[in-house]
Amino acid sequence: MRIVVAMSGGVDSSVAAALLAEQGHDVIGLSMQLYDFSGDRPFGSCCSLEDLHDARRVAAALNIPHYIMNFERQFDEQVIANFVREYSAGRTPLPCAHCNSDLKFATLADRASGFGADAVATGHYARVERDPVSGRHLLRRGVDATKDQAYFLFSLTRDQLARACFPVGDRDKEAVRAYARHRRLPVADKPDSQEICFVPDHDYKSFIERRAPPSSTNGAIVDQAGRVVGQHGGIHRFTVGQRKGLGLVTAPGGANSAPLYVVALRPGERQVVVGPKQSLEQTRLTASGVNWMIDVPAGVLRVTAQIRHRHHPAPATVRSIGDGRAEVIFDAPQLAIAPGQAAVFYDGDVVVGGGWID
Amino acid sequence: MRVYFDYNATSPLAPGVADAVDRATREIFGNASSVHHFGQQAKAAMDDARSSVARLISADPSEIVFTSGGTESDNFAIRGMAEALEATGRRHLVATAIEHEAVLNTFKALARRGWSTTLVQLDQSGVVSLDRIREALTDETALVSVMHANNEIGTIQPIAEIAAIAHGRGALMHTDAVQSVGKIPVDVRALGVDALALSAHKFNGPKGAGALWIKRGTRMQPILTGGKHERNRRAGTENVPAIAGLGLAARLALAKIPGEAGRLGALRDRLEEEILRQVPGTAINGLRTARVPNTTNISFDRVEAESLLIALDLDGVAISTGSACSSGTLEPSHVLRAMGFPTHRTQNSLRFSLGIFSTEEEVDRVVAVLPRLVEKLRSLRSRPGAQAVGRT
Repeated sequence: MRIVVAMSGGVDSSVAAALLAEQGHDVIGLSMQLYDFSGDRPFGSCCSLEDLHDARRVAAALNIPHYIMNFERQFDEQVIANFVREYSAGRTPLPCAHCNSDLKFATLADRASGFGADAVATGHYARVERDPVSGRHLLRRGVDATKDQAYFLFSLTRDQLARACFPVGDRDKEAVRAYARHRRLPVADKPDSQEICFVPDHDYKSFIERRAPPSSTNGAIVDQAGRVVGQHGGIHRFTVGQRKGLGLVTAPGGANSAPLYVVALRPGERQVVVGPKQSLEQTRLTASGVNWMIDVPAGVLRVTAQIRHRHHPAPATVRSIGDGRAEVIFDAPQLAIAPGQAAVFYDGDVVVGGGWID
Repeated sequence: MRVYFDYNATSPLAPGVADAVDRATREIFGNASSVHHFGQQAKAAMDDARSSVARLISADPSEIVFTSGGTESDNFAIRGMAEALEATGRRHLVATAIEHEAVLNTFKALARRGWSTTLVQLDQSGVVSLDRIREALTDETALVSVMHANNEIGTIQPIAEIAAIAHGRGALMHTDAVQSVGKIPVDVRALGVDALALSAHKFNGPKGAGALWIKRGTRMQPILTGGKHERNRRAGTENVPAIAGLGLAARLALAKIPGEAGRLGALRDRLEEEILRQVPGTAINGLRTARVPNTTNISFDRVEAESLLIALDLDGVAISTGSACSSGTLEPSHVLRAMGFPTHRTQNSLRFSLGIFSTEEEVDRVVAVLPRLVEKLRSLRSRPGAQAVGRT
C-alpha cells in the first residue's frame, strides 16, 4: 500500500515511517513547511528548518522518497490566525487539533491522494481500529497513557479517520526510542518537542502581541463582585485557572485571604475576573462544533470527558443539543474549564466525540 | 527508467570529465602558485583550462578569472565593479526583475549599504524591452546587470543592445551567462559587455568551478582578498581538479554546440507540442522564438506545480519549477511574476530542461505519464472541500 507519512523530524513520525517501510509499504515522506521565522532570528538559525533537515536525514536513512511542501499560507490561515483570534477573544486555543483536522488530514491528505497514496500516517500516540460489527473506524487512545494524543485528534471526520494510520500508537515512548536506536535513526535521542511549535521561545504572549496589538485588549482585573482590583495588559495573557502573572499586590479582603485565580475572561468589557479556587469549579459545560465519531446520540450518553490535554477524563453525561452543540454534565465538579479548549468524550479508551468548549 | 529533464539546475558530467577531474586530483596536487615542478604542473593544467574557457566565449585567456561558480562570479562582478566605481559618485544599479538570486540578492545587499537599485519589469514575452532599460538608466547608474538566458523560461535577452545603452550612459555592463554558455554560441566581444559569468556544472562540468570574464582594463576590485592568485583578482589556492574539469567541459561543449543545439531544440519542441496537444489547459511561458534550445516552461491550468513535480518524481521524471527556497519547498516563480503573470500561473508552471543525454525515448516517457497525473490532480481539486490553491 502506498502511504504518505507526515514527517516532522521528530522521533515519533520518524519511527512511524520506519515501521511502515519495514512492513513493506510504499512509503513517501512528506514534511510540511509551516512557518519561517528565520528573519527574526540570528544568522543561520531557524528552528523549523532544522526539523525539516532531520526529516530529510531520516528519509535518506530509510531510503524512502521525501518531499517538503510549503503550507505556510494554509497554516497561517487555518491554525495561527485561529490561535491569535481565540486568545484575543479571551479563549484558550488548541492549535494542534486544528492542525490535525484542518491541515494534516485535510490539505496534506489531499496532496497524498494526488500521489496515489491510500493513507496518511503520523507519529501520534493514538490508534485507529475498524469495528468488526459496524465496519466503522474507531479512534482509540495510544497504549502509552503518558503520551496519548487521541485528545488532539477528536476533530477528525470519519472519512479522515478511515484513511489515517498511527503506527506508533500501540507502543510506549521508550519502545519507540529503542526502535529508533535499533534502526540507527539520526533522531533517536532528539528531545520531545514541547509547547506550541510555531511560537518562538515559548513566548506566546509576545507572539500574539506582534500579530494583534495589545492596546485593543488591555483593561481591568475585577473580582466577582465587579470591583476593580488591578489592571492588565491584554486578556490574551490569561487563561481560566491561571494563578501566576496577575500582578496583584494585595488580594481583596485582606492579607489572610485565599490565593486568586482567573475564573473568567470577558472580552467585551476587556475584563479579567479573579476569584478563589472554588469559583473555578463547574459541573456543566457546553461545546460547539461537535464532531461525533459515532451516530449522534438520540438521548443522553454516559462517557468520560476530558477538558484539556493534562486532564484525567471524568465521568459525565453528554447529550446533543442541536446545531452541532453538546451539553456535558460532570458527576463531580471540575476545575478550570477553559473556553476554547476541547471537551472530548470517551467510551473507555475509544473517542466517541468532542467539541470546542463555549 | 528515470528521466532527468532538469539540466538547468545542474547537469551530469560529460564523458571524460570525471576522468579529467580524477586524474588532476591524483596526479596534480601542487599549488599553482609554487615555483617548483609541482606548482608548474598545476599552473600548466590551469592555463590549459583557461584557454579552453576563453575559446568557448571568444575571449582572451588573460581575461578569465576562475571562481567557485556562477554565484561567486555574479557577486564578484557586481560587488567588484560597485566598489571600484564608488569613488565616481555613481551609486545606482540596474538589473531586470528576472535575474537569478545571485544577482537579485547581491543588489539587495548593496541596497542596504546605500546603493539605489532599479529592477526592470518585463512583459509576458520574457524578453526585456530596451525602452524600459533606457528609462531605468540615469547619469548615476554605475552598472547594468542583465542575464543572457533566463534559467526558468530560457528566453535570451538582447545583451548587445543593452550593453550599448549602458555604455552610452557611462555605465558598465555585466551579464550572467550561466544558462547560455555551453548551450548556444557566446562571444563576449559581440555581446559588448564588460564582464560575463559562467558556471561549469551547467554545461556538464564539475560543481564548484566557474569563471568570470572581465574585459581588460575594466575597473574592478577583488571581493576575496588574500594571496596574489589569479593576477590579484581572486585570492585563494585554486581548485585545480575542478578547473581541469571545467576546461574539458568547455572544450567538449564548444565542439558540440552546433549539433546539440539543433538536436535538443527538436526534442524540446516535440515535448512541447505533445504536451500542448495532449494536456488541455496548458500554455508555454515566454516567447518561443528567442530561447535557449533546451528549455521550456509550461503552465498547467488548475494544477499546483509543487504537487505535479512530486507526482512526476514518484513516476521517475525529474523536472522542476524555477527556484526552491532553503528548505526545498517551492516558491511562486519571481520570473513569471516579473513578467506580469497572475499569481496562480506563478504556481502552476513547470520547467523542463534537456541536455546531452536526453533522448527521444525520454520525451515519449514524459508525454506518456504526464496527462494522467495532471488529470488525477485536477480531479482531486474539483472535490468539494478541496483546497482552492492556484485557481484560475
